[in-house]
Formats: sequence, C-alpha cells, structure tokens
Amino acid sequence: MNISVADVEKVARLARLELSEEEKSLYAGQMAAILGYVEKLKELNTDGILPTSHAVPMENAFREDAVSPSIGIEKALANAPDRVESFYRVPKVIE
Amino acid sequence: MRFQPVIGLEVHVQLKTASKIFCGCSTAFGSEPNSQTCPVCLGLPGALPVLNKQVVEFAIQAGLATNCSITPRSVFARKNYFYPDLPKGYQISQFEDPICQHGWLDIQVEGQESKRIGITRIHMEEDAGKLVHGDVSGLEEGSGVDLNRACTPLLEVVSEPDLRSSDEAVSYLKQLHQIVTWLGICDGNMEEGSFRCDANVSVMPVGSETLGTRAEIKNVNSFKFVKQAIEYEIRRQIELIEDGATVVQETRLFDPTSGTTRSMRSKEEAHDYRYFPDPDLVPLVIDDAWVQRTRDELPELPEQRMQRFMTEWDLSAYDAEVLTASRSLAEYFEACVALHVNAKAVSNWMMGEITRALNDSGTSIDCCPVTPRLLVELLKLIEGGTISGKIAKTVFEAMWQSGKEPATIVQEQGLVQVSDSGAIEAIIDEILTREAGQVAEFRSGKDKLFGFFVGQVMKASKGKANPAVVNELLLSKLKG
Amino acid sequence: MEATKAMLARIEAVEPQIGSFITVTHGQALADAEAADRRIASGEMTFLTGIPLAIKDIFLTEGIRTTCGSRMLDNFIPPYSATSWEKLHSHGAVLLGKLNQDEFAMGSSNESSAFGVCRNPWDRTCIPGGSSGGSAAAVAARQATATLGTDTGGSIRQPASHCGCVGLKPTYGRVSRYGVIAYASSLDQVGPLTRDVTDSAIMLGALAGHDPKDSTSVATPVPDYCAALTGTVKGLRIGLPKEYFIAGLDPDVQKTMDAAIETYRRLDAEFVDISLPHTDYAVATYYLIATAEASSNLARYDGVRFGHRAEDAAGLLDMYTRSRSQGFGAEVKRRIMLGTYALSSGYYDAYYVKAQKVRTLIMQDFMRAFGDVDVILTPVAPTPAFKIGEKSDDPLQMYLSDIFTIPVNLAGTCAMSVPAGFSAAGLPIGLQLIGKPFDEETILRAAHAFEQATEWHTRKAVI
Repeated sequence: MNISVADVEKVARLARLELSEEEKSLYAGQMAAILGYVEKLKELNTDGILPTSHAVPMENAFREDAVSPSIGIEKALANAPDRVESFYRVPKVIE
Repeated sequence: MRFQPVIGLEVHVQLKTASKIFCGCSTAFGSEPNSQTCPVCLGLPGALPVLNKQVVEFAIQAGLATNCSITPRSVFARKNYFYPDLPKGYQISQFEDPICQHGWLDIQVEGQESKRIGITRIHMEEDAGKLVHGDVSGLEEGSGVDLNRACTPLLEVVSEPDLRSSDEAVSYLKQLHQIVTWLGICDGNMEEGSFRCDANVSVMPVGSETLGTRAEIKNVNSFKFVKQAIEYEIRRQIELIEDGATVVQETRLFDPTSGTTRSMRSKEEAHDYRYFPDPDLVPLVIDDAWVQRTRDELPELPEQRMQRFMTEWDLSAYDAEVLTASRSLAEYFEACVALHVNAKAVSNWMMGEITRALNDSGTSIDCCPVTPRLLVELLKLIEGGTISGKIAKTVFEAMWQSGKEPATIVQEQGLVQVSDSGAIEAIIDEILTREAGQVAEFRSGKDKLFGFFVGQVMKASKGKANPAVVNELLLSKLKG
Repeated sequence: MEATKAMLARIEAVEPQIGSFITVTHGQALADAEAADRRIASGEMTFLTGIPLAIKDIFLTEGIRTTCGSRMLDNFIPPYSATSWEKLHSHGAVLLGKLNQDEFAMGSSNESSAFGVCRNPWDRTCIPGGSSGGSAAAVAARQATATLGTDTGGSIRQPASHCGCVGLKPTYGRVSRYGVIAYASSLDQVGPLTRDVTDSAIMLGALAGHDPKDSTSVATPVPDYCAALTGTVKGLRIGLPKEYFIAGLDPDVQKTMDAAIETYRRLDAEFVDISLPHTDYAVATYYLIATAEASSNLARYDGVRFGHRAEDAAGLLDMYTRSRSQGFGAEVKRRIMLGTYALSSGYYDAYYVKAQKVRTLIMQDFMRAFGDVDVILTPVAPTPAFKIGEKSDDPLQMYLSDIFTIPVNLAGTCAMSVPAGFSAAGLPIGLQLIGKPFDEETILRAAHAFEQATEWHTRKAVI
C-alpha cells in the first residue's frame, strides 16, 4: 500500500485539517502501514455477505410529532467562540 | 442545428410537522435567531437524533400520491461536508435506500397530449440553518448563523430527466405543488422556502441519444422564475455550443433581478460527500400493512376528484379543474352539493362571485365568510323565486360583510321578489303610459325596444320584480 | 458527606502521583453529598445514594466543563447532561469529578490526553490503559468508589485489566449513549469500573434501560443484576477460543489464564474448546469502521458553535482548518485522516463496506459459539500494562494490543474484565468473560463466583 503526500493532502483538505510538511510525511507512512495491514481483509471472500451497521438487530425508533421546549438562546450561544446579537458569527461566507 | 433541452427537477418540500425531524424543537417560521434550538439541532457533542414518525407518514403519503413504490427497508445516511449552516458537519439524508422510488406524474401542457414524467426517488432529510450577511449590525465583517431552520424535515423529490421544455417543467412543478399542499403535508409557501426547486438543465442536438453536459441551477423559488431560469439556461447553453465552446458541469445560481444564471465559483472544490449509513439511526422498516393503512387514509387526489366532478356532477373539464385547484375549494364545492342544490349553480357561483370576493379581499376559501350552508341558502332563495339572480348578488355582498343568513338580509332590506302579476301590471301600465312614444315605435317594428321596457320596469320595482313575470306581462300588453 | 469528604481528601493526596482527574468538582461533590444526606435522612435511598463517583470526561455534565481529553473542548461547558450520569445522579450519587482519558477516547494508554499523563497506580512508570485510563486508575487508587467509562474497542476492559479492577462493557444498546461524546457510534457503549463484581451489578442496574433520546438503545427489560450473583457456576459451559490462546501470549498472562481455568474447573464449570475463526481480521475491521464513523462524528468540531476557534483566521476555510488542526491532537488527526480516506470516493466499497461485511462474519462467529457455550473466557490484553512512551511511536502496534477486546465491540455483545492475578513485576492481569447479547447476568454470575473463589480483587495498590 502506497500513500503519497498528495493523497494525504487531498484527505486533509476533505477533513479540514492543516498538516505541517513533517506531519504529512509521517501520516503518509503510518497510513500506508495501517492500510497495508488492512489489506488482509481481502483474503476473505465476502460475496453474498450482508454488511452490518448495527450488531444488535434494531429497527423503527420513533418519536411522536410533539414540540418540546428549546434550550433558549443564551444556552445555545453560551459556548459560542464569537456571536453577534443572537447569531453565531463566522468569517464572511461568500456565495 | 436544432437543440432539444433535457430537464430534471429536484424539489425540496418542507413538511408541515409541528416539530423538527430529529428533535422536538418547533418548526415555526420567523422566530428570533437560534431560539428554536436544542443540543440535537445545534449538533452539540453527545446529542443523538430520533426520527419524527409524522415525517415518515408524510413521506409515504407523498410517495403513494406520486405512484411510487415504498421501500420496505430504508436507511438514513450521512452526507459529509463542512458549512457553517450545517451544525454536525454532515446532513442526515437518505442515499442508497430512499423511502420512495420509481414513481410518476402525468402532466398536461396546453395544446399538447398528456405526458408521463418519471420520479426517480423521494427521500427524507434534514434542512440546514440560515446564513445572514450584512444586514445586521456587527455582521459587516462576517456572517451570522441561525440554526432555527436546521433539522426541519424535508422531502427531496427527484424527477427523471424527462422534461423537455420550461412549460413542461412548470406544469410538473405545479402539479407536485398541488399534490403536497392537497395532502396537507406542506404549506406550499414558496417565498418562505417551503417548496424549493433546483433544475438540472442540458441540451442535445435533436435526434441525438447522448445527453449533453448539465448545469444545476439553484435558488429558483417561484413558478415564474423556474420558467425564466430554464429558458435562460437553455439559450445560454445553445449559444455556447453554437459558438464552438463547451458546457461545463457546474452549479449555477439564478438571479431573479436579472433573470440570468451565474456560476457559483466559490464551490471550486470537487465534492466528495462520503455517504455512509448513519449509525445513530436504525433502519426504517415499513411493512405492507403500514402502506395499506396509509393508502386507505389517503384523501382523493386532485386528478381523481376532477374526473369524478365531471362524471358525477356533469361539470365541464374547465370547471372541474378550477374547483379542484385546491383541496379546500373542492371540499367547499362538495359541502354545497351535499345540501341538494344544483351543482352547476354552485359551480357558477364559486367560479364567479366567490372567487372574485376572495381575490378582492385576499381571503382563502378556508376563511370564506359565506359558508357552504349560507351559499346554499342563497341558491335556494333564487331557485324558489324569492329573489332574482341579480338581487342575489346584492344579498351575497351583504352576507360577505355581515355573515348573516340570506333570508334575514332579504327580509331586512325588503328584497323579496315581486311575482304578483297585479302589482307588476300596475307598474307596467304606468310605464307604458309614460313612454307612449316608445310604445308606438315598438309596435311599428322596433323590437329591440323590448329590453328598454324590461329595464324600466325592473328599475321602477327596484329590481325586485320577477323577470319572468315581467317578460310575460310586458309582451302581452305591448302586442295587445 | 463523610465518605465524600474523605474521598476528596484522598484525591487531593494522591492525584499528583496518578493524574486520574481532568476536573475535580469539589463544590458539586459537597452539594451532592448534602442532598444525599437529606435523602438518607428521609429514608428515600438506594444503593447509590451518597456514593462518591467519578466519571470519564466524555460524559456531558450540565454546567461542568467537559473536555473529552481534548484541547478542542478546553472551555466547553455543556448545557445538558448525559442520560447515564443523570440516572446515577437521580439515585443520589455524588460527583467527585471528571476523569482523564485518551483524547476523544482514541487510544489504549491514556497517552493521547491533552490534560497530562495518567499513571498506573500499581507502577507509576506504566500506562493505566485506555481510553478510560483515568476511570480505572481512580478506582485502583481509591479516589472514587466506582467510575464510569466508555468502551469502543476495549476502553473499559483493558484499563480495568491493567489496573486490577472490574470493568463491564454492556451489550450495545443496553445503556443510553445520549450525552456521551461519540467516537464510533456503532461500537461505543457505556459501562462501570468498580472494585468488585457486586458494585458492577449495582451500577449496571442503575444505568441500563431504554432511553427515548437514543434510537439505538433497546427496550429489553432490565433484570435484577444483583439477584444473578448466586455464587455458583456449576455446569456453566465456558468456551475457550483457540484463536485467543496463541503461542506469543505473554507468559504471565498465559499463567494467569491457566490458573483461572483451574479455578473454574474447581467450581464445576465445564470447558469447551471453540473457534472464533475471524478473530485475526477484527483489528483491521475495527480500525476501518471506527475511524470512518469518527471522521464524521468529529466534523462538528468546527469552531462555529462551541470549542476551540483559531485566532485571526483568514476566511472561513482557514478558520475551519486551523481550528481543527490546533484543537485536535496527533492520534485524533490520524484517525480522522484514516476514516476520511476509507469513506472517500473510490475507496468506500473496498474499505468501509468490506469491513462491514467482515463484521458480519465476526458476529456470526460469536453467535455460532454461543449456540454451544454460555460464556467465553479469554485474556483481556496480550500483555500487562506497558511502560509510558513504549508504543507511542507505532500506532499499528498500539492498535494490535486491543486484539482480544475489539471483536466483542464488533459483535455488539457484552463482556467484562475481572482481576485474575499479577505479573512477576506486580502488575494486575484481568480475564475477560464474554456473554451472549443482553445476558450480562451470566457473565456477572461467572465473574462473581470467580471473585468469591479468589482474593485478587482485595489487593490494593500502595500509594
């Protein structure tokens, strides 16, 4: 398994991570080792095997359509790194 | 070269539930920013979604009403991308197994044959929040995030690329809009974004089998804009090709003020949504009994009801279509005819006076002050000869204003029709004496003057004289 | 109140040597103790009223800082509490504080915590295990009567084994995950770490049950777990999977397992040789599924609504990448990268879907085995606690140390770690008892009988 620095950069962009040059080459090596190890799954024939999302069989968990109280603006914004009035504020989004 | 446009629509239908799709916060529109939020819709650490059952009910209804099959086991998936209006960094949606699949709608464009448009899928998902730019003090330097709308339930209805013109697109869209509002699962308010449309548009040379490169046009939020946006985009793409350029696959934003579309260049990065089944939610299993129960409870749909109005009440196709434009209108009509009056008369009144009065006052039929029972009372007064059709309009006005019984109004204002031939004869005699000159002219062959005499008599009786009696007596006196 | 005050004093005395806590909630503890005293006086008490507990800092506590061991949440004060903590609190339990852990529960040694080293009370040069390292160390150092942890791939059982306490991972769905910061949603489960099996049964009784706020919590009735502690395992069929007793097993661990098997034989349990043939694929499967889910679960840490935000970002994208890069530590970033890769276009089927299919095979291994046996006995970890820093440069070696605990999470079933002996160097070694789904009663019974027959759990680390 070969993971290039370019691969690492592409994944980092998707994950919104900024890596130093050192980290890039470190992760490239480590990811290659881990993904190389993971290759062993290919030994197994899984044709016709259904994938498992939940180990315990479960289905149909619902709530009724009833309004419950919200937590309120102050609690909602209490941890906000930046706010204006009752908005969270982020750097300008250009569409 | 001539070109054939190919259009597919993706419609987002906001569902009319009281609470959000995965939490109990209210879905009410227009509240103070972030006042309708909780750990779940804020995407706080540790919070988990629980599916609102009503959303599933609504989705099944929408699926059945658009001839879809209901997927026995469907799952929710995470669509991963970063955006400040998306609190969790992923949107809970459906990907591989949407709740409804393989449906269709038959559309009718004026002057063309009816055409079947495929519906690829309908899936459930959560809406994102809203970003506010500039118009709040303190936001000159940044954007504001309001998460009240986050986690509001949506259906995304995806059509096949079966549409071939902007008119077909609008017709399809109008029909879908009518169905979801008819079912009562969406308020249909396009201005508030309850019914939003993205259009995928491409063009190919006529006769070609290969689809052209498509552009996705976002933000087309009225029927008029859909028409404009698609027509602009078709022209733009044809011009590009004719100039020897190529169409780029991209997302374009419709600008309602200029009527044009422009590229959303900020989204330069290719998307990789990394869909995978959401482990926080369990599979949704809908058995046949559930589907059947929903089918049994489904209201009669506009198309079926229109057909029934035509056969059962002998209405013209046009009348039936107008009366089934909305479910409330159709129900008003049926409430009237259930009280045993002439269906044609009800239809005429609804399409005439009632529509006019509703439009003038900006009222919806649900809030019409003249209830079906009152309208029927009025029609009975006409049929029974108590008042004339002309007087009835006066009475209707009074009913609209006061909400009073028509009989009371007739009584109070002394509007009872005069059918007593003695009284009418007296008026006629007076008129004929007064207008001796005209009488002579009539008798010498100027038949057209008959209308003049009728008018004079009606005027003298303040409109209350029974027109049939007036006609009969006048004729015999003039001829005699 | 006296118990709480004594515990707070103990925490203060030994904390500099151990580092179990991220936050000691002194004021909260005294208020809780006072409330508990009032309850006791009015006669409305349960086993847990007034009991001083501490919980992993992964559980949200309203008004009390919750970091998940990450710089990202250094200042995060949650507006709500985890269901599991609320349940314990409603019994009148006292909150002593929030415990050290690997960052976002990603690690097997507690070394990825952003809040300092946590040391093994039995040998302070060794790791306590992870990710619930603080939860195990606090019990072993007698800084709390019992603690709460979470277990995604062994994060309760492995530190319990390394610190000589009892650690229980219930069946997936048995305990609510609401308000527990998610690492890998389809694998995470909440459980207690205690000094003995009876405490474990009491804690599980209070924690278990359906939570309408967690779609994956099940409505299976909650039995009286204490009533299951009959003291007898006569006729109990215990499976020994050959894949877990491999040649390379640490001699101390091997010796401990042999002795434990002998103890159970004396108690008239029956042993059956079984096979869990896909065991060798579990670590690979786990690291694909867990990292994929984690990459998505950790997307919400974007500096918009809470958590760390980088200063002076040049625009939105810069704000995202810098906030996340500064807020997350190396192991968390590594797993986000791995998971993002496994889900990305072109690799999804080869990695994620493939892993989910192998997960099915691993589950089927267990279901087949449980057709024949009541309980499966294995080691918890291949070695006793290793030295601090020993494996931190080689993530794959660190991942492989979870080989015996990971399959249980993939199969979703329940398991516990019970003190079973000590290495020559004096480090505790636990044995793992794996039960059928929702049959925590049987593993508790088996663990309790073992405890009655041995004295390992009575030994105390000297601090």
